[in-house]
Amino acid sequence: MLRLVALRILSSVPVMFIVAVIVFGLLRLSPGDPAVILAGDSATPEAIAALRQQLGLDQPLPIQFVTWLSGVVTGDFGQSILSRMPVLSLIFDRLEATLVLAVSAIIITVLIAVPLGAIAAWRHNSWIDRAVMALSVAGFSVPAFVIGYLLMLFFSVKWELLPVQGYVSPFADPGAAVRHLILPSVTLALVFMALIARVTRSSLLEVLNQDFVRTARAKGNSQRRVLWRHALPNAAVPIITVIGIGIAMLISGVVVTESVFNIPGIGRLTIDAILARDYPVVQGLMLFFALIYVGVNLLIDIAYIIVDPRIRY
Amino acid sequence: MSQMKPVLEMQDLSVTLPSGLDRTHAVEDVSLTIRRGEILCVVGESGSGKSVTASVVMGLLPRNSLNVAKGTVMLEGEDITSAPEQRMDQLRGNRMAMIFQEPLTALNPVMALGRQIAEVLVLHKPGLGKAAIRSRVLELMADVHLPAPEEMYHRYPHQISGGQRQRVMIAMALAMEPALIIADEPTTALDVTTQAQILKLFRELLTKHDSAVMLITHDFGVVAEIADQVLVMRRGKLVESGTAQDVLQSPRHDYTKELIAAVPRLRYLPQLAEREPVLKAENVSLTYRQSSWLGKTTEVHAVQDVSFTLAPGETLGIVGESGSGKSTLARMVVGFEKPDRGRILFEGQDMPGLTPARLRQMRHRIQMIFQDPYSSLNPRRRVGQSMIEGPVRMGKSNAEAHRCACELLELVGLQPSAVDRFPHEFSGGQRQRICIARALALEPDVIVADEAVSALDVTVQAQVLDLFEKLRTELGFAMLFITHDLRVASNICNRVAVMSKGRIVEQGELKRVFENPENEYTRKLLAAMPGVSEM
Repeated sequence: MLRLVALRILSSVPVMFIVAVIVFGLLRLSPGDPAVILAGDSATPEAIAALRQQLGLDQPLPIQFVTWLSGVVTGDFGQSILSRMPVLSLIFDRLEATLVLAVSAIIITVLIAVPLGAIAAWRHNSWIDRAVMALSVAGFSVPAFVIGYLLMLFFSVKWELLPVQGYVSPFADPGAAVRHLILPSVTLALVFMALIARVTRSSLLEVLNQDFVRTARAKGNSQRRVLWRHALPNAAVPIITVIGIGIAMLISGVVVTESVFNIPGIGRLTIDAILARDYPVVQGLMLFFALIYVGVNLLIDIAYIIVDPRIRY
Repeated sequence: MSQMKPVLEMQDLSVTLPSGLDRTHAVEDVSLTIRRGEILCVVGESGSGKSVTASVVMGLLPRNSLNVAKGTVMLEGEDITSAPEQRMDQLRGNRMAMIFQEPLTALNPVMALGRQIAEVLVLHKPGLGKAAIRSRVLELMADVHLPAPEEMYHRYPHQISGGQRQRVMIAMALAMEPALIIADEPTTALDVTTQAQILKLFRELLTKHDSAVMLITHDFGVVAEIADQVLVMRRGKLVESGTAQDVLQSPRHDYTKELIAAVPRLRYLPQLAEREPVLKAENVSLTYRQSSWLGKTTEVHAVQDVSFTLAPGETLGIVGESGSGKSTLARMVVGFEKPDRGRILFEGQDMPGLTPARLRQMRHRIQMIFQDPYSSLNPRRRVGQSMIEGPVRMGKSNAEAHRCACELLELVGLQPSAVDRFPHEFSGGQRQRICIARALALEPDVIVADEAVSALDVTVQAQVLDLFEKLRTELGFAMLFITHDLRVASNICNRVAVMSKGRIVEQGELKRVFENPENEYTRKLLAAMPGVSEM
């Protein structure tokens, strides 16, 4: 187990390096020049050239890359071209809102989708099963911004139950924070829920046909107890796998949802940085996302060991 | 004992099958009675409806496909035919318990063994404290002779052997001292010594707990060993019933006679004349290393210092309990595993030492037949496709390979038209014939058969053994026949090697080994054979 963790952390180093190369290369290949954007419409070519020089953008690409990477290795991700703020503090300032949103979306998902999928499997081919399946197709197909605006239209504008947009920190005002979080986290969670409900259902359907389920019934377990105590823990491995994949999906979902609900999180930061060709910020963010992804995968592997004693690394 | 009041009474039970099958009822007009202290054996081949009958009693018929059409089931005087689920939940595991056929899959793989047994007590004795439950579970584990209960409590099913898992199942069934225990082929998948111990255990528990047992089996050897009453079923109908003595000694129905005759009896084939061996193992050893959580390494000495020879046309039986290293040895002979030490010589060449390219050229000359005919054929490939793949790779033309496949299918007693059909269209016995034909298609010099008849019903088993014998005389291949069943071994082997804990403890001519065993372990194995002395 300890070996697994150590090995994973070590193997993330080359992964991060490859991510760094790709992100750096992609950004330089994409059209648009931060100096032009920064200097504004009325700037003279000389002013733009001076700006480029000042930002170090006139250097050959390999030199720019090495300069950036050697900073990263020492923990210096550079400064934002746009705001002149250090990239790390930009990310950390926005982290709270995104984490709160993502975590609440995951909690909503697991609390709703797993039981929903389980009930669908238990009542296989009943109307509940069909309803859950139909809803999950819908949830999967409708884009997050459509769902976000629809929810906003009904819950905020028409019925005035919840605030339209914005973010309140749960550390400042928990009540207001929850009210502000409901719509965005449901929006974010919906795709995720559709996916997990489906996987829970199919994974459970397979488990429910296994011999030990019959043994559990023969011991006098009620059907409900068999479902939760015996079948679900055995169906957990695929569900956990998909939750892991889902967290990656969540990263892209966060970008859209934060824009729709005007939440000052990392998603918004990403969009703004890309539009402004703010190279250091985009690069820093991508590395950060890659790191999260590696970390989540490690957690998933550890979760496997906990839920299934047969799995050993 | 027949004056005691019945634990289970079944009257005219019929269970309907979904329409479109070859018969309308899974079970038709079956009546039976089991009294306290009695063991009733329900005998029949697969598909006879014996397991369905048991499922009806437990209220565990698969939903939507099978339905009780008529009849009543009384447990200790209470009509449970249409009892509500809640009442059945109270009775299951409490007044009646069931032990299932598949010890390998019948336990929850992610729940610790102790907790699985404890669950029965948690469900049916809600007032019992944690410490009391624990001590009762440990007591039960000791009752069924599980080693080191304290340690076993926290282990998981995959960490213990099949026989031990079956004991955990039995401990679970006994936890509430139920009036009725239903055991569905509890010993079929087990090796002889474990089987004998478990049958003895049933008898012991019966007197200790004053319960009744309904034992489902297809093996009249088991019946002779343990039954008080016998009930023979065929295609859902009751064929014959009576006391064990009556049925065994004067069976009235032809089908019963057929079943009794199919129990493999000891029969000794002669040892063949000494010839230059085609296959030779010299001091072969293999150790598995497994590292766990914190990097602790455990070593399993699967095979240790094993030597044997196999002459052309000869069958050498490798017998022993599960976990004795028989299958590992087989896997090394066909080249799936490499021995750590020792040599395996095929026609004088050391197989594990060959280059991969040379090995590929030789490999087809040693073929393997596996235990489970259901999962060893690719379900999406026609029989013909499975059969010609190897020969075509070895350079035969498609047409030629196809022609050979048809001939071989006829040789193993199937229609040549079987080449165009899929495995699921055949019964277990037919599939094993296909597997044999597939192995023969490569014209091997040596066949390794790993428990090749263990998954088959007794009557089918007898037919497949006859087939092996016939093919061997016609085609002249040598065979390494691995089995846990000594009766089967005696019907097909010229010589036998007894394995225990990775070593061959005794080998020699079959008759000599069986009649004058030199090794203590061999004597134990022979003594454990079910029904040999009684029949």
